[in-house]
Amino acid sequence: MSASLRIAARELRGGLRGFRVFLLCLMLGVAAISAVGLVREAIRGGLSDQGAALLGGDAQYEFTYRRPAPEERAWIDARAVASSEVVEFRSMLQTGAGEALETALTQVKAVDNAHPLIGTLQLDPPLPVSTLFAQTDGPPAIFLDQILADRLGLAPGDPVRLGGVAFTMAARIQREPDSTGAGIGLGPRSIVALPAIEDSALLAPGALYETELRVTLPPDADLDALRAEAQAHFDGAGMRWQDRRRAAPGADRFVTRLGSFLVLVGLAGLAVGGVGISATVSAWLERKAETIATLRAIGATGGMIRAIFLWQLLALSVTGIAAGLVLGSAMVLFASGLIERLMPIPVDVGLSARPLIEAGLYGALVAAIFALWPLSRMLGQRAARLYRRNRTGRFSLPAFGALALIALLIAALVALAVWFSGMVMLTLGTLGGIALALGLLAIAGWLVRYAARALSHLARGRPALRAALASIGGPRSEAVPVILSLGLGLSVLAAVGQVDAGLRGAIAQDLPEVAPAYFVLDIQKDQLDPFLTRLDAIGGVDKVETVPMLRGIITEINGQNAREVAGEHWVLRGDRGVTYAETPREALTAGEWWPADYAGPPLASFAAQEAEELGLKLGDMITVNILGRDIEARITSFRDVDFSTAGIGFVLTLNPAALAAAPHTHLATIYAPPEAEAPILRDLAGAFPNITAIRVRDAIDRVTEALGAIARATSLAAGVTLLTGFVVLIGAAASGEAARAWEAALLKTVGATRRTVLASFALRSALLGAAAGLVAILFGALAGWAVLELVMEATFRFAPIPALAIVSGGVLATLLAGLVFALRPLSARPARVLRASE
Amino acid sequence: MADTVLSLTDARLTLDGNAGPVEILRGISLTVERGESVGLTGPSGSGKSSLLMLMGGLERATGGTITALGHDLSSMSEDDLARFRRGNMGIVFQSFHLVPTMTALENVALPLEIAGVADAFGRAEAELAAVGLGHRGHHYPSEMSGGEQQRVALARALAPRPAILLADEPTGNLDARNGAAIMELLFGLQADYGATLILVTHAPELAERCSRVVQLLDGALA
Repeated sequence: MSASLRIAARELRGGLRGFRVFLLCLMLGVAAISAVGLVREAIRGGLSDQGAALLGGDAQYEFTYRRPAPEERAWIDARAVASSEVVEFRSMLQTGAGEALETALTQVKAVDNAHPLIGTLQLDPPLPVSTLFAQTDGPPAIFLDQILADRLGLAPGDPVRLGGVAFTMAARIQREPDSTGAGIGLGPRSIVALPAIEDSALLAPGALYETELRVTLPPDADLDALRAEAQAHFDGAGMRWQDRRRAAPGADRFVTRLGSFLVLVGLAGLAVGGVGISATVSAWLERKAETIATLRAIGATGGMIRAIFLWQLLALSVTGIAAGLVLGSAMVLFASGLIERLMPIPVDVGLSARPLIEAGLYGALVAAIFALWPLSRMLGQRAARLYRRNRTGRFSLPAFGALALIALLIAALVALAVWFSGMVMLTLGTLGGIALALGLLAIAGWLVRYAARALSHLARGRPALRAALASIGGPRSEAVPVILSLGLGLSVLAAVGQVDAGLRGAIAQDLPEVAPAYFVLDIQKDQLDPFLTRLDAIGGVDKVETVPMLRGIITEINGQNAREVAGEHWVLRGDRGVTYAETPREALTAGEWWPADYAGPPLASFAAQEAEELGLKLGDMITVNILGRDIEARITSFRDVDFSTAGIGFVLTLNPAALAAAPHTHLATIYAPPEAEAPILRDLAGAFPNITAIRVRDAIDRVTEALGAIARATSLAAGVTLLTGFVVLIGAAASGEAARAWEAALLKTVGATRRTVLASFALRSALLGAAAGLVAILFGALAGWAVLELVMEATFRFAPIPALAIVSGGVLATLLAGLVFALRPLSARPARVLRASE
Repeated sequence: MADTVLSLTDARLTLDGNAGPVEILRGISLTVERGESVGLTGPSGSGKSSLLMLMGGLERATGGTITALGHDLSSMSEDDLARFRRGNMGIVFQSFHLVPTMTALENVALPLEIAGVADAFGRAEAELAAVGLGHRGHHYPSEMSGGEQQRVALARALAPRPAILLADEPTGNLDARNGAAIMELLFGLQADYGATLILVTHAPELAERCSRVVQLLDGALA
């Protein structure tokens, strides 16, 4: 065993006293990151393992608002062990009549008798799926989601109507094997037999539905080869392929992104912990200054002394990281039942290596970065200086070699975070945000010091306040460490608060003022005039707009695969609404509109901003697949489409002759005051049972609900940062207890009462807490402004309530940490305290 | 009796040590008259500093009575003692005990501010000038030498014009030249202001400059 290791082991015999903050900071940060990582891995594992069950088969051929032709079905069946057809669409479920008519939006799944190919549909009462196909005297059976049944007050045996077709409720849906439940659905589920609606208006030409042909494949089937074969066979037919390897791409993307973001927020906690680590190491080295000087004096080299302290730091870091991994794992295992119940898919929450390694590596790097700074500064000092008791050194940088090593470690941390998350921009953006926040907080700490110093003359005659300002502004001020440690957690919370409040404001408050009350889908051509006449007669309607609507997938740009040309843009993901128009609805930003009665090759007008994002130019050819038919159109103009009002807005508009002959329905937006909404819906639903009315307020509620959940998750992760910050504060307060005792004794000696002393202590804590809170609000407002104005293109308004909560939180946290460790100094006898420091 | 500023009757102090209670002072009886300067001497551990702390109300006696300017210190609360010290007592320590986060001027003004004196800083400036540090008011203690720090401490102790000045080995941490300068200042200002001085010291030559010398031995008057 080397001498340095032996001496290090001897040094550590004294136990871990004095390292509690170091260990707690490291433990909390590592625990938070490992816990988030473990849950993320469990969900992703669930999505991957259950791929076939979630998809409802080994692979799926999806067709947008058409069913596969018999020869297409035959081609698919020839390559499958079994197949099942599922048609999905939105509709209105109705019960009662006249004034008692009740309606609810529902996502309908019409299935054949092979459904489900994999897994079991759990129902209450536990009926077989074949119930849907049973021949009875009455209407066919329908299964309803529990929420839907409750909303309409339905029990098994009750009659309902779906798009004008009568059904009898047979059971409540408990769990579907093929439902990811992720994303924002617009209504709870209903399940019916496909034959029951095949001939209804629900699947009439022009109706908006999707057909999924799910298949199970032979065990030796090559998914890649089959996909390539299918894509070649169905080229131009508007078929989309999906297989068990990525059964729920939307959910997978969401979980990966949110999980990675939360890990990065956890890194913010670790960075705050770094402040505590640095402070602990500094205090420890201060205590060891004489030992270091003596080691130097008796001939130990700098390298040996460095090794002695590095061995000790290594032992401490390993202990802290191990404790963090154990705590993180224990938390996840303890909450595994709850997590599994909350998830919409079956997940198996357990331990996995990758998130634990990720958290451990982050912990090790952060501990090294923050401990090396004070270590190299102390070891760079001469022995004589180390022997001096009063070493209130000026700010000094570590040696160049140490600085280079620290820079290298920071680069490694960033590279590791990018590698683990797989998302360069998100990672760099979040880490950049953390670094910016830390920088701003450090500057703010210095400014607060300067301000306290500059303003102290205003407090003359108020000794408690002046002593507080002197302590904040003077040498050995706690301003920078306190504002750094508390401020980062508060900054993340403030940013979440401002963004959340801003988005809620934009969506829940501003939007309803300009948005329509209802979107009405599935209005057949021959229903359009009676529909408008009826709305005229109802009264209470401010405005109605209607447009023809089809849905199509943009497949090619200038003859090349659209996704290969323009990447993963939302416009290219799935099918989009397409319309045709004689005249432009919006202002043109470039190009020219087609002439009236134009009947030549198809022409297109594209939304200007989306066109720019996709790199489209005037004259480009765009191929859109509608009803299995490719339409290639030349872009002749760009339009300024405003999606922020939730009104009618189409990315793609074609000339009428290109689409008018295709079967399609119409979309209407109805603008009406809230009190008129219910009577309008009741009337329309009674008169046009096939139409689907989506209440915009309901959709807004779903979106705000989802946003709220994301904000809560982020706040929870930020809470760990705040907790770590609080630990650092407690640590600082605990290590400052002796100094406070001395200060209290001295103030008493010159005539201050305990009240004055307490007021001074409380004031300095509250001032620092308020300063940290104010900086956090500044950062939060900046983040809120950037997200809302630059990313969401919404109007940012400062939200005062979350801001006030942040400042109060900051004041409360510092007061609590400061005053807990002020009580003993207050009650100590001055003589003993002063004598002890003689 | 009207001229007695400090009176100790059978004052005792017992502190709890690791090995049980330790008797520090064993029945000290002593009176100090107004304007007197008393040198407290004795070997290390004889209880000199503890006796000074009792006189300043910084330590509570475990027996006997201590009266200062007619007030029974043993019956006063911690806060009452603090209020009493304002304007009545100034204390100088061996280790200066300046507030490190405050400048020299702010340190001197501190007791005046606490006592609610209107022109605390004006008076503090005058006090600093009186100890020869008028030009160092805006320096922090860490930027001053030991001798300068002790002069600031002396200015702070005398700023409220206390009736009693308690000094605990004020030259103990200083070299001979600085120590001598401090003692000149101490005795000079005591004479100028007419304060009663209790001086704890190891140095016989300093004790001899006092009007009376009291010697302690093993916690009792010798």
